[in-house]
Amino acid sequence: MLNYILSRILTFIPTFVGVTLISFGFIRVLPGDPIIVMAGERGMSDARYAELSAQYGFDQPIYKQFWDYLTGVMQGDLGNSFVTKRPVWDEFFALFPATLELSICAMLFALALGLPAGVIAAVNRGKFFDRALMSTALIGYSMPIFWWALLLIIVFSGNLQWTPVSGRIDLLYYFPDPTGFMLIDSLTSGQSGAFKSAVRHLILPTIVLGTIPLAVIARQTRSAMLEVLGEDYIRTARAKGLSTGRINGIHALRNALIPVITVIGLSVGTLLAGAILTETIFSWPGIGKWMVDSIFRRDYPVVQGGLLLIAVMVMVVNLTVDMLYGVINPKIRKR
Amino acid sequence: MTDTSAETSTRPGRLSEFWFYFRENRGAVIGLWIFAAFAFVALFGPWIAPHDPTAQYREFALLPPFWQEGGNSSYLLGTDPLGRDMLSRLIVGARYSFFVGIVVVSIAASGGIILGLLSGFAPKWLDTIIMRIMDIILAFPSLLLALVLVAILGPSLTNAMIAIAIVLQPHYVRLTRASVLAERQKDYVTSARVAGASKTRLMFITVLPNCLAPIIVQAALSFSTAILDAAALGFLGMGAQPPTPEWGTMLAEAREFILRAWWVVTFPGIAILVTVLAINLMGDGLRDALDPKLKRS
Repeated sequence: MLNYILSRILTFIPTFVGVTLISFGFIRVLPGDPIIVMAGERGMSDARYAELSAQYGFDQPIYKQFWDYLTGVMQGDLGNSFVTKRPVWDEFFALFPATLELSICAMLFALALGLPAGVIAAVNRGKFFDRALMSTALIGYSMPIFWWALLLIIVFSGNLQWTPVSGRIDLLYYFPDPTGFMLIDSLTSGQSGAFKSAVRHLILPTIVLGTIPLAVIARQTRSAMLEVLGEDYIRTARAKGLSTGRINGIHALRNALIPVITVIGLSVGTLLAGAILTETIFSWPGIGKWMVDSIFRRDYPVVQGGLLLIAVMVMVVNLTVDMLYGVINPKIRKR
Repeated sequence: MTDTSAETSTRPGRLSEFWFYFRENRGAVIGLWIFAAFAFVALFGPWIAPHDPTAQYREFALLPPFWQEGGNSSYLLGTDPLGRDMLSRLIVGARYSFFVGIVVVSIAASGGIILGLLSGFAPKWLDTIIMRIMDIILAFPSLLLALVLVAILGPSLTNAMIAIAIVLQPHYVRLTRASVLAERQKDYVTSARVAGASKTRLMFITVLPNCLAPIIVQAALSFSTAILDAAALGFLGMGAQPPTPEWGTMLAEAREFILRAWWVVTFPGIAILVTVLAINLMGDGLRDALDPKLKRS
């Protein structure tokens, strides 16, 4: 077991260095000199250019620059935003709770509907329910979520006026945000209506971001359930005279959940990619919108740092899932 | 089936056997038909479209579809804010999505297959290097990496296709390598090697044809991913640029009118959804038909 964990961590290191190399290289292969970009429309004198070059280390040899970047990254120094002048690290972690809150809600939504849908489809294999649910899941899986978001806005914000179009909460509420999670902060602020407003803002983005994971989880749960339902121990349980509900719910679902958990862990990347579109459409002040805005503003340190932090986060989650899977399933360890 | 083939001593051809299983799946056949229609429209779009997709009929701006009050039967699906015919734009837009799918899948699959074969046959150190590079690409959420690549290369449909192909490539590498590693152990490969087949011959002629089934399925599925990602990039302003009638770009242009003119938003989205859905249906059918484990004997 220890060997397995160590070997996983050992493969993590070169990947981490590679990811750092890519985010380091990003700013240097861009068309245009980053320092000129930083100066903006005003331009700058040659003396000032040389000064800034030295300050950012662009006059050093390239391997030295990479080493400085790598050591900086290890200490949490990702440079400062060109636009706000604040450290990229601080900006990332100030906005991250918004994305995390949205992602958690989307995942809960996907699980709450996807697991039962998968189980119902598997138990009714080939019947009407199965076909209807799986067709719906395939539609969800094929959904261009940016369009789905616009449709939901037309129906629920435009025609029915049930939900707001953008943001995390109505502007008339203002309270400190110790956790960064709007649902918790609005509840502890004690302002009446704040929590309700936060929930109303969260509904549409949650549905949009959760749609593809929902479809994936439903399909995965169905196929995992079908596999488990064919096993001998299910036949034994049936022969013992256990009720169908007990067999499906306790014996089958518990074992079917193992591959499903892996899928959930591995969909972190999908969620973050989806967050880019969802947050842009709903003006949700999270990491995804921040990255898109920075790309358009040519705020290169932010793009560079955000890219690195997001990749590392995905890698850490994948590593954790891999290890957990190794703990649950000993066969994996022997590879 | 085996009986008849033994009697006539001709096994049904691979293709007819494949078609036999593919036909079983009704959804897949429907998907195939829709895909065929999509390909037809993509190829002959400019000759089918009733209007020039970029011509602006300013006096008819934001006309609703013909069945709604105020609609005009010469603009069946209405017009956009600049007075361009929606139907013509959708029809001509099909070729951009089709083109994106073909180009991205060709680049990603050919590159991925070659790297995967190399990785499967190469000495351990080269294998490790290739697979680590693929791990690095996979660590980035695909849309984010594509977005950043396009930011580097400059926003255009060509660059979006390159970016998406790079992002999709690792899946082919992993898939090919995994099947190569499984096939390499088998006796027919050993016998070919003993018979003196060169490494290139082993790779491309002996082993590759037996690894193709999962790769074909992956190609179908990444065709739809490519269309979705290109539309998403277009929507974010990083793909095809206006006035190109690419479906994602059309949605981006229509965004500010969503509450006033539902049709400018609804139709491009339906076009994307139906196309992607048809390809995914087809992909599911391909998987069932090509995966021997699921075949009924």
